[in-house]
Amino acid sequence: MTNKIVIAELTKGTVNASTAELVSAAQAMGGDITVVVPCTDASMAESVSSYDGVSKVIAVKSDIFSGSDSSGWASALDSATPSGTILCLATARSKDVASRLAARRGLSIVQDVVSIDGNNLTSPIYSGKANQTVTVNSDVVVSVRANVFPSVGSSSSNDVSVVDASGDVKTAVQEVMQRASARLDVSEANIIISGGRGMGSPANFTHLEAVADTIGAAVGASRAAVDTWDEIPHSMQVGQTGKTVNPNLYIAVGISGAIQHLAGMRSSKYIVAINKDADAPIFQHADYGIVATWEEALPAFQDALSSLLA
Amino acid sequence: MSTIVVLVKQVPDTNAKITVQGDRVDLSSVKMEMSPYDSFAIETALRHKEATGGTVTALTVGGSGTEKILKDAKAMGVDNIVRVWDDSWSELDSNGLQSVLKEAIQGLGANAVYCGKSAADTGAGSTGPGLAERLGWSNASNVIGVDFGDAVTVSMPVETGVAKITVPLPAVVSCDKGDFKPRKANVKGIMMAKKAKVELMSASAPAASVVVANHSMPAAKPAGKTFEGGSSASQVVQLLRDEANVI
Ligand SMILES: Cc1cc2nc3c(=O)[nH]c(=O)nc-3n(C[C@H](O)[C@H](O)[C@H](O)COP(=O)(O)OP(=O)(O)OC[C@H]3O[C@@H](n4cnc5c(N)ncnc54)[C@H](O)[C@@H]3O)c2cc1C
Ligand SMILES: Nc1ncnc2c1ncn2[C@@H]1O[C@H](COP(=O)(O)O)[C@@H](O)[C@H]1O
Repeated sequence: MTNKIVIAELTKGTVNASTAELVSAAQAMGGDITVVVPCTDASMAESVSSYDGVSKVIAVKSDIFSGSDSSGWASALDSATPSGTILCLATARSKDVASRLAARRGLSIVQDVVSIDGNNLTSPIYSGKANQTVTVNSDVVVSVRANVFPSVGSSSSNDVSVVDASGDVKTAVQEVMQRASARLDVSEANIIISGGRGMGSPANFTHLEAVADTIGAAVGASRAAVDTWDEIPHSMQVGQTGKTVNPNLYIAVGISGAIQHLAGMRSSKYIVAINKDADAPIFQHADYGIVATWEEALPAFQDALSSLLA
Repeated sequence: MSTIVVLVKQVPDTNAKITVQGDRVDLSSVKMEMSPYDSFAIETALRHKEATGGTVTALTVGGSGTEKILKDAKAMGVDNIVRVWDDSWSELDSNGLQSVLKEAIQGLGANAVYCGKSAADTGAGSTGPGLAERLGWSNASNVIGVDFGDAVTVSMPVETGVAKITVPLPAVVSCDKGDFKPRKANVKGIMMAKKAKVELMSASAPAASVVVANHSMPAAKPAGKTFEGGSSASQVVQLLRDEANVI
């Protein structure tokens, strides 16, 4: 049983709470657990110092971690990360960095793990139409999906050692076209409400945005919505040729549930569907289905949410 | 002048139903096709050539049954098609695949490699960044648009929006679906593809450290609850709180 190294997930400059899920994923593999925190300021590692089940915390300090160059991230992390099996969160950036880290060390990588039994790791394949279990027989790099493993508690006080690191940055950001709204992106949200062609017009997405703002959700869309309306950007598209998401709650409004849409969201923990057609395929995948037009259902949904969360 | 390689992988038709027989996925009656993002990679590679001059080689790592996608790439307009394989490879893990790709790409003398952001079977997204690291090259992933000059300039989503990023060559660029359509093969292209010869290459692969144990169908979801009428939405909100515990 070799050492397990958890790479903490950074979101907008702070340690993402899902890092505590990575520790319990590492426990499921067994071994001594070290958490490595990429940071620009060692105080960012404080939240990790209380995690249970961890024997060591290493804050790896570098300006590189304020940027997005995966070569820089991987080389800086590599210099400060002990040998062993490495676990990180399966977000777009971390999967990229993890792939480089694995390649740097001549290791294989197993992405999007949703279940762990010792050296047996299970991930969805064919967009979630099947699962694949692999057996790893030496150190590997593993990315783990969020919202699958329980979080470890935080009643410990681990020592944090700080290491300064530098790395090999290869790319340069010229400019960033800021997203118009402060709303979350679908790939980072725990709740997503998505609209399809059934919304009738892009203007009607304001009703979805209102719900999103009430519950801190991101707004997504089907490909039919993205292709039909210029106002709905491709960055909102969920599905096989859009983003793969796995939030705690996915609310599909006016979306039929085509297989390519399901490919991007079927692993969501809970699915709510609002559709006027009782035979729409989405209902076969919904935990809670509402057979109604969105014009009828969304106001009631919004009212109930507002009074519940008031 | 650029020596451009585009990586293509054969995968099951993404519309196909997937079944498991025994402990392996049964693909015997499933149509195989090029992984969807790879066609965006081909389009981007061809635009790179059109902007700077050079050649585009489509390359796949796979057995003899995977040549059709190389012909499809040829019909779209790539110059050369290459298949890398050794019959002693049964299952390549990511370390094996990337080692093989590195050797083949160095053999071709490429300075720009395009691939899909993830393959439709694995969904992994490991190959582009992993290959770049092995080659010591720069990379960018989830790229939705590219401009060409001395370096390539890519657009890709970041935490706060969409960034334009300079990626110096040599580089590996993993392509997402962009705001453009991959070109369709024309009749001339299809005729040329019929006659085109697939070049065979070999390489050495390290032993696998990740071995497939089994495939299984995802656990069936318990049947959901369905409600009629818009006013039932308030009941659903209550269930999301009390039963699902997600709001
Ligand atoms: C290679 C390929 C890749 C693809 N990739 C994706 C992808 O990434 N993502 C994706 O989403 N799709 C993708 N698709 C497209 C997919 O096949 C479907 O066409 C698409 O998902 C349909 O979108 P939709 O459900 O919004 O529209 P529709 O299928 O038109 O469904 C609209 C739904 O709205 C309901 N409705 C209508 N009016 C109302 C109302 N007033 N209130 C409530 N409900 C109403 C209708 O009953 C219907 O079920 C892909 C297709 C292909 C071939
Ligand atoms: N066997 C292969 N042969 C050629 N290219 C591949 C192969 N496997 C993966 N790729 C390329 O790498 C991309 C990402 O694959 P993956 O890392 O498996 O998600 C694919 O879209 C292809 O462009």
